[in-house]
Amino acid sequence: MSEQRLAPGERARIVRDSLGVGVATGAYGVSFGAVSVASGLSVAQTCALSLVMFTGASQFAFVGVLAAGGAPVSGALTALLLGTRNTLYGLRLAPLLGWRGLRRLLAAQVLIDESTAMSVTRPTTAAARVGFLATGVSIFVLWNAATLLGAVAGSTIGDPRAYGLDAAVGAAFLALLWPRLSDLRNRLVALAAAAVALGIVPVAPAGVPVLAAAGVALLAGVLTHRPDPTELPGAPR
Amino acid sequence: MTWAAILLAGVGCYLLKVAGLSVSQRVLHHPVAERVADLIPVALLAALVAVQVFARGHTLVLDARAAGLGVAVVLLLVRAPFLVVVVGAALTAALLRL
Repeated sequence: MSEQRLAPGERARIVRDSLGVGVATGAYGVSFGAVSVASGLSVAQTCALSLVMFTGASQFAFVGVLAAGGAPVSGALTALLLGTRNTLYGLRLAPLLGWRGLRRLLAAQVLIDESTAMSVTRPTTAAARVGFLATGVSIFVLWNAATLLGAVAGSTIGDPRAYGLDAAVGAAFLALLWPRLSDLRNRLVALAAAAVALGIVPVAPAGVPVLAAAGVALLAGVLTHRPDPTELPGAPR
Repeated sequence: MTWAAILLAGVGCYLLKVAGLSVSQRVLHHPVAERVADLIPVALLAALVAVQVFARGHTLVLDARAAGLGVAVVLLLVRAPFLVVVVGAALTAALLRL
Protein backbone atom coordinates (compact mmCIF):
# COMPACT_ATOMS: atom_id res chain seq x y z
CA MET A 1 0.00 0.00 0.00
CA SER A 2 1.17 3.51 -0.80
CA GLU A 3 2.38 5.63 2.11
CA GLN A 4 2.19 8.89 0.15
CA ARG A 5 0.83 11.94 1.97
CA LEU A 6 -2.65 13.33 1.44
CA ALA A 7 -3.37 16.66 -0.21
CA PRO A 8 -5.00 19.02 2.37
CA GLY A 9 -8.21 19.32 0.31
CA GLU A 10 -8.55 15.56 -0.02
CA ARG A 11 -8.04 15.10 3.71
CA ALA A 12 -10.73 17.72 4.51
CA ARG A 13 -13.18 16.07 2.12
CA ILE A 14 -12.71 12.64 3.69
CA VAL A 15 -13.07 14.08 7.21
CA ARG A 16 -16.26 15.94 6.22
CA ASP A 17 -17.88 12.84 4.67
CA SER A 18 -16.81 10.74 7.64
CA LEU A 19 -18.21 13.17 10.20
CA GLY A 20 -21.51 13.20 8.30
CA VAL A 21 -21.77 9.44 8.63
CA GLY A 22 -20.53 9.73 12.21
CA VAL A 23 -23.22 12.19 13.28
CA ALA A 24 -26.02 10.29 11.50
CA THR A 25 -25.02 6.96 13.01
CA GLY A 26 -24.05 8.28 16.44
CA ALA A 27 -27.40 10.01 16.93
CA TYR A 28 -29.07 6.65 16.41
CA GLY A 29 -27.57 5.64 19.77
CA VAL A 30 -30.52 7.47 21.35
CA SER A 31 -32.85 4.77 20.09
CA PHE A 32 -30.49 2.03 21.27
CA GLY A 33 -30.47 3.56 24.76
CA ALA A 34 -34.26 3.82 24.83
CA VAL A 35 -34.87 0.33 23.39
CA SER A 36 -32.33 -1.25 25.75
CA VAL A 37 -33.88 0.24 28.89
CA ALA A 38 -37.34 -0.70 27.61
CA SER A 39 -36.03 -4.26 27.20
CA GLY A 40 -35.35 -4.42 30.92
CA LEU A 41 -31.64 -3.51 31.13
CA SER A 42 -30.45 -0.84 33.59
CA VAL A 43 -28.93 2.46 32.42
CA ALA A 44 -25.47 1.24 33.52
CA GLN A 45 -25.87 -2.06 31.64
CA THR A 46 -27.04 -0.16 28.55
CA CYS A 47 -24.01 2.16 28.65
CA ALA A 48 -21.64 -0.78 29.25
CA LEU A 49 -22.95 -2.41 26.06
CA SER A 50 -22.20 0.72 24.00
CA LEU A 51 -18.76 1.22 25.57
CA VAL A 52 -17.46 -2.37 25.49
CA MET A 53 -19.39 -4.15 22.74
CA PHE A 54 -19.67 -1.08 20.46
CA THR A 55 -21.18 -2.67 17.38
CA GLY A 56 -24.77 -1.67 16.72
CA ALA A 57 -26.31 -4.81 15.26
CA SER A 58 -24.89 -7.00 18.06
CA GLN A 59 -26.12 -4.56 20.72
CA PHE A 60 -29.64 -4.45 19.26
CA ALA A 61 -29.66 -8.23 18.88
CA PHE A 62 -28.58 -8.69 22.51
CA VAL A 63 -31.34 -6.50 23.94
CA GLY A 64 -33.80 -7.85 21.37
CA VAL A 65 -33.31 -11.40 22.60
CA LEU A 66 -33.75 -10.30 26.22
CA ALA A 67 -36.85 -8.25 25.37
CA ALA A 68 -38.40 -11.33 23.74
CA GLY A 69 -37.83 -13.31 26.94
CA GLY A 70 -34.65 -15.09 25.80
CA ALA A 71 -31.83 -16.07 28.17
CA PRO A 72 -28.84 -13.67 28.49
CA VAL A 73 -26.58 -16.46 27.19
CA SER A 74 -28.59 -16.77 24.00
CA GLY A 75 -28.45 -12.97 23.63
CA ALA A 76 -24.67 -13.09 24.04
CA LEU A 77 -24.35 -15.87 21.44
CA THR A 78 -26.42 -13.93 18.90
CA ALA A 79 -24.33 -10.80 19.56
CA LEU A 80 -21.09 -12.74 19.07
CA LEU A 81 -22.31 -14.35 15.85
CA LEU A 82 -23.21 -10.94 14.47
CA GLY A 83 -19.82 -9.67 15.67
CA THR A 84 -18.04 -12.07 13.31
CA ARG A 85 -18.93 -9.51 10.64
CA ASN A 86 -16.27 -7.21 12.12
CA THR A 87 -13.68 -10.01 11.93
CA LEU A 88 -14.27 -10.18 8.18
CA TYR A 89 -13.96 -6.40 7.89
CA GLY A 90 -10.68 -6.59 9.84
CA LEU A 91 -9.30 -9.22 7.47
CA ARG A 92 -9.95 -6.91 4.55
CA LEU A 93 -8.76 -3.70 6.21
CA ALA A 94 -5.57 -5.00 7.87
CA PRO A 95 -3.26 -4.66 4.83
CA LEU A 96 -4.81 -1.31 3.88
CA LEU A 97 -4.55 0.33 7.32
CA GLY A 98 -1.20 -1.26 8.12
CA TRP A 99 -1.31 -0.71 11.91
CA ARG A 100 0.58 -2.93 14.37
CA GLY A 101 0.90 -3.33 18.13
CA LEU A 102 -0.95 -0.89 20.42
CA ARG A 103 -2.36 1.14 17.52
CA ARG A 104 -3.95 -1.99 16.10
CA LEU A 105 -5.48 -2.84 19.50
CA LEU A 106 -6.94 0.68 19.82
CA ALA A 107 -8.15 0.78 16.21
CA ALA A 108 -9.92 -2.55 16.70
CA GLN A 109 -12.48 -1.03 19.07
CA VAL A 110 -13.83 1.29 16.34
CA LEU A 111 -13.80 -1.40 13.63
CA ILE A 112 -17.49 -1.42 12.63
CA ASP A 113 -19.72 -1.30 9.52
CA GLU A 114 -19.42 2.43 8.99
CA SER A 115 -15.68 2.88 9.65
CA THR A 116 -15.07 0.00 7.23
CA ALA A 117 -17.36 1.47 4.57
CA MET A 118 -15.62 4.86 4.84
CA SER A 119 -12.09 3.43 4.51
CA VAL A 120 -12.13 0.24 2.44
CA THR A 121 -12.51 2.04 -0.92
CA ARG A 122 -9.62 4.51 -0.38
CA PRO A 123 -6.65 4.16 -2.73
CA THR A 124 -3.90 4.88 -0.16
CA THR A 125 -3.08 3.94 3.42
CA ALA A 126 -3.11 7.61 4.44
CA ALA A 127 -6.60 8.19 3.03
CA ALA A 128 -7.94 4.94 4.49
CA ARG A 129 -6.61 5.82 7.95
CA VAL A 130 -8.26 9.27 7.86
CA GLY A 131 -11.61 7.79 6.80
CA PHE A 132 -11.40 5.00 9.35
CA LEU A 133 -10.45 7.18 12.32
CA ALA A 134 -12.71 10.16 11.55
CA THR A 135 -15.69 7.85 11.16
CA GLY A 136 -14.87 5.39 13.94
CA VAL A 137 -13.92 7.89 16.64
CA SER A 138 -16.78 10.32 15.92
CA ILE A 139 -19.29 7.46 16.07
CA PHE A 140 -17.75 6.08 19.28
CA VAL A 141 -18.05 9.44 21.08
CA LEU A 142 -21.52 10.31 19.78
CA TRP A 143 -22.94 6.78 20.05
CA ASN A 144 -21.98 6.54 23.73
CA ALA A 145 -23.26 10.04 24.58
CA ALA A 146 -26.50 9.32 22.68
CA THR A 147 -26.89 5.94 24.40
CA LEU A 148 -26.79 7.60 27.83
CA LEU A 149 -29.29 10.24 26.69
CA GLY A 150 -31.68 7.64 25.26
CA ALA A 151 -31.33 5.38 28.29
CA VAL A 152 -32.14 8.19 30.73
CA ALA A 153 -34.78 10.00 28.64
CA GLY A 154 -36.25 6.76 27.27
CA SER A 155 -37.23 5.60 30.73
CA THR A 156 -39.11 8.85 31.40
CA ILE A 157 -40.79 9.41 28.03
CA GLY A 158 -42.56 6.05 27.97
CA ASP A 159 -42.86 3.17 25.50
CA PRO A 160 -40.37 3.53 22.59
CA ARG A 161 -42.92 1.74 20.43
CA ALA A 162 -45.09 4.86 20.55
CA TYR A 163 -42.26 6.59 18.65
CA GLY A 164 -41.89 3.72 16.20
CA LEU A 165 -38.44 2.84 17.54
CA ASP A 166 -39.10 -0.90 17.09
CA ALA A 167 -39.70 -0.23 13.38
CA ALA A 168 -36.48 1.83 13.29
CA VAL A 169 -34.43 -1.24 14.20
CA GLY A 170 -35.69 -3.33 11.29
CA ALA A 171 -35.13 -0.39 8.93
CA ALA A 172 -31.55 0.08 10.18
CA PHE A 173 -30.72 -3.60 9.59
CA LEU A 174 -32.27 -3.39 6.13
CA ALA A 175 -30.20 -0.28 5.35
CA LEU A 176 -27.04 -2.17 6.36
CA LEU A 177 -28.10 -5.15 4.23
CA TRP A 178 -29.24 -3.12 1.21
CA PRO A 179 -25.89 -2.55 -0.61
CA ARG A 180 -25.32 -6.33 -0.66
CA LEU A 181 -28.69 -7.05 -2.30
CA SER A 182 -27.54 -5.96 -5.75
CA ASP A 183 -26.12 -9.47 -6.16
CA LEU A 184 -28.59 -12.23 -7.11
CA ARG A 185 -26.98 -14.91 -4.93
CA ASN A 186 -27.07 -12.59 -1.92
CA ARG A 187 -30.75 -11.84 -2.60
CA LEU A 188 -31.57 -15.56 -2.64
CA VAL A 189 -29.59 -16.17 0.56
CA ALA A 190 -31.31 -13.20 2.25
CA LEU A 191 -34.77 -14.49 1.27
CA ALA A 192 -33.97 -18.03 2.41
CA ALA A 193 -32.50 -16.79 5.70
CA ALA A 194 -35.56 -14.62 6.40
CA ALA A 195 -37.89 -17.53 5.59
CA VAL A 196 -35.96 -19.95 7.82
CA ALA A 197 -35.93 -17.45 10.69
CA LEU A 198 -39.67 -16.72 10.46
CA GLY A 199 -40.45 -20.42 10.13
CA ILE A 200 -38.63 -21.11 13.39
CA VAL A 201 -40.09 -18.18 15.37
CA PRO A 202 -43.23 -20.06 16.55
CA VAL A 203 -41.34 -23.11 17.86
CA ALA A 204 -37.93 -21.94 19.16
CA PRO A 205 -36.68 -19.64 21.94
CA ALA A 206 -35.86 -16.03 21.00
CA GLY A 207 -32.44 -15.73 19.36
CA VAL A 208 -32.48 -19.19 17.84
CA PRO A 209 -34.20 -18.12 14.57
CA VAL A 210 -31.33 -15.76 13.76
CA LEU A 211 -28.71 -18.37 14.66
CA ALA A 212 -30.47 -20.91 12.41
CA ALA A 213 -30.37 -18.41 9.56
CA ALA A 214 -26.56 -18.44 9.76
CA GLY A 215 -26.82 -22.09 8.71
CA VAL A 216 -28.30 -20.90 5.41
CA ALA A 217 -25.10 -18.94 4.76
CA LEU A 218 -22.96 -21.95 5.60
CA LEU A 219 -24.97 -24.22 3.31
CA ALA A 220 -25.02 -21.72 0.44
CA GLY A 221 -21.28 -21.07 0.80
CA VAL A 222 -20.45 -24.76 0.63
CA LEU A 223 -22.88 -25.56 -2.21
CA THR A 224 -22.24 -22.64 -4.60
CA HIS A 225 -19.21 -22.62 -6.83
CA ARG A 226 -18.92 -19.45 -8.83
CA PRO A 227 -16.32 -16.75 -8.12
CA ASP A 228 -17.14 -14.15 -5.48
CA PRO A 229 -18.88 -11.10 -7.01
CA THR A 230 -19.11 -9.16 -3.74
CA GLU A 231 -15.37 -8.67 -3.28
CA LEU A 232 -14.91 -5.17 -1.86
CA PRO A 233 -12.69 -2.74 -3.77
CA GLY A 234 -9.37 -2.32 -1.99
CA ALA A 235 -9.54 -5.82 -0.54
CA PRO A 236 -6.41 -7.98 -0.64
CA ARG A 237 -5.97 -9.66 -3.98
CA MET B 1 -26.32 -13.22 34.94
CA THR B 2 -27.21 -10.30 32.68
CA TRP B 3 -24.00 -8.45 33.65
CA ALA B 4 -21.91 -11.56 32.96
CA ALA B 5 -23.52 -11.96 29.53
CA ILE B 6 -22.96 -8.26 28.74
CA LEU B 7 -19.27 -8.36 29.65
CA LEU B 8 -18.67 -11.74 28.02
CA ALA B 9 -20.35 -10.72 24.76
CA GLY B 10 -18.73 -7.27 24.88
CA VAL B 11 -15.18 -8.54 25.34
CA GLY B 12 -15.90 -11.33 22.82
CA CYS B 13 -17.03 -8.80 20.21
CA TYR B 14 -13.82 -6.78 20.81
CA LEU B 15 -11.65 -9.88 20.41
CA LEU B 16 -13.46 -10.70 17.15
CA LYS B 17 -12.42 -7.26 15.85
CA VAL B 18 -8.79 -7.74 16.98
CA ALA B 19 -8.74 -11.20 15.40
CA GLY B 20 -9.75 -9.80 12.02
CA LEU B 21 -6.96 -7.20 12.06
CA SER B 22 -4.41 -9.79 13.24
CA VAL B 23 -5.16 -13.07 11.46
CA SER B 24 -2.99 -14.15 8.56
CA GLN B 25 -4.47 -13.11 5.22
CA ARG B 26 -4.13 -16.69 3.98
CA VAL B 27 -7.23 -17.79 5.91
CA LEU B 28 -9.60 -16.00 3.54
CA HIS B 29 -7.93 -17.46 0.49
CA HIS B 30 -9.78 -20.75 0.80
CA PRO B 31 -12.71 -20.27 -1.64
CA VAL B 32 -15.33 -21.91 0.59
CA ALA B 33 -14.26 -19.82 3.62
CA GLU B 34 -14.43 -16.75 1.40
CA ARG B 35 -17.99 -17.48 0.26
CA VAL B 36 -19.29 -18.36 3.72
CA ALA B 37 -17.61 -15.25 5.15
CA ASP B 38 -19.41 -13.08 2.61
CA LEU B 39 -22.78 -14.75 3.05
CA ILE B 40 -22.98 -14.81 6.86
CA PRO B 41 -23.64 -11.05 7.25
CA VAL B 42 -26.27 -11.26 4.49
CA ALA B 43 -28.12 -14.16 6.14
CA LEU B 44 -27.91 -12.71 9.65
CA LEU B 45 -29.08 -9.23 8.67
CA ALA B 46 -31.96 -10.62 6.58
CA ALA B 47 -33.07 -12.86 9.46
CA LEU B 48 -32.86 -9.94 11.91
CA VAL B 49 -34.97 -7.74 9.65
CA ALA B 50 -37.59 -10.49 9.35
CA VAL B 51 -37.71 -11.22 13.09
CA GLN B 52 -37.64 -7.55 14.14
CA VAL B 53 -40.49 -6.64 11.81
CA PHE B 54 -42.78 -9.69 11.62
CA ALA B 55 -42.42 -11.47 14.98
CA ARG B 56 -44.08 -10.59 18.28
CA GLY B 57 -42.96 -13.15 20.82
CA HIS B 58 -43.72 -16.54 19.25
CA THR B 59 -46.34 -15.30 16.78
CA LEU B 60 -45.95 -13.81 13.32
CA VAL B 61 -47.82 -10.53 12.92
CA LEU B 62 -48.34 -7.85 10.27
CA ASP B 63 -48.51 -4.48 12.05
CA ALA B 64 -47.24 -0.89 11.86
CA ARG B 65 -43.65 -2.16 11.73
CA ALA B 66 -44.31 -3.74 8.31
CA ALA B 67 -45.54 -0.38 7.00
CA GLY B 68 -42.39 1.19 8.44
CA LEU B 69 -40.28 -1.37 6.56
CA GLY B 70 -42.18 -0.60 3.34
CA VAL B 71 -41.33 3.08 3.72
CA ALA B 72 -37.70 2.14 4.42
CA VAL B 73 -37.58 0.19 1.14
CA VAL B 74 -38.91 3.18 -0.80
CA LEU B 75 -36.38 5.50 0.90
CA LEU B 76 -33.53 3.07 0.13
CA LEU B 77 -34.66 2.89 -3.51
CA VAL B 78 -34.32 6.69 -3.80
CA ARG B 79 -30.90 6.46 -2.08
CA ALA B 80 -31.89 8.32 1.09
CA PRO B 81 -29.20 8.54 3.81
CA PHE B 82 -29.11 5.93 6.61
CA LEU B 83 -30.68 8.16 9.25
CA VAL B 84 -33.49 9.30 6.92
CA VAL B 85 -34.36 5.64 6.25
CA VAL B 86 -34.38 4.83 9.97
CA VAL B 87 -36.37 7.92 11.01
CA GLY B 88 -38.79 7.47 8.09
CA ALA B 89 -39.62 3.94 9.22
CA ALA B 90 -40.02 5.04 12.84
CA LEU B 91 -42.26 8.01 11.92
CA THR B 92 -44.46 5.79 9.74
CA ALA B 93 -44.98 3.25 12.52
CA ALA B 94 -45.54 5.99 15.12
CA LEU B 95 -48.12 7.81 12.99
CA LEU B 96 -50.03 4.58 12.28
CA ARG B 97 -50.25 3.91 16.02
CA LEU B 98 -51.74 7.31 16.89
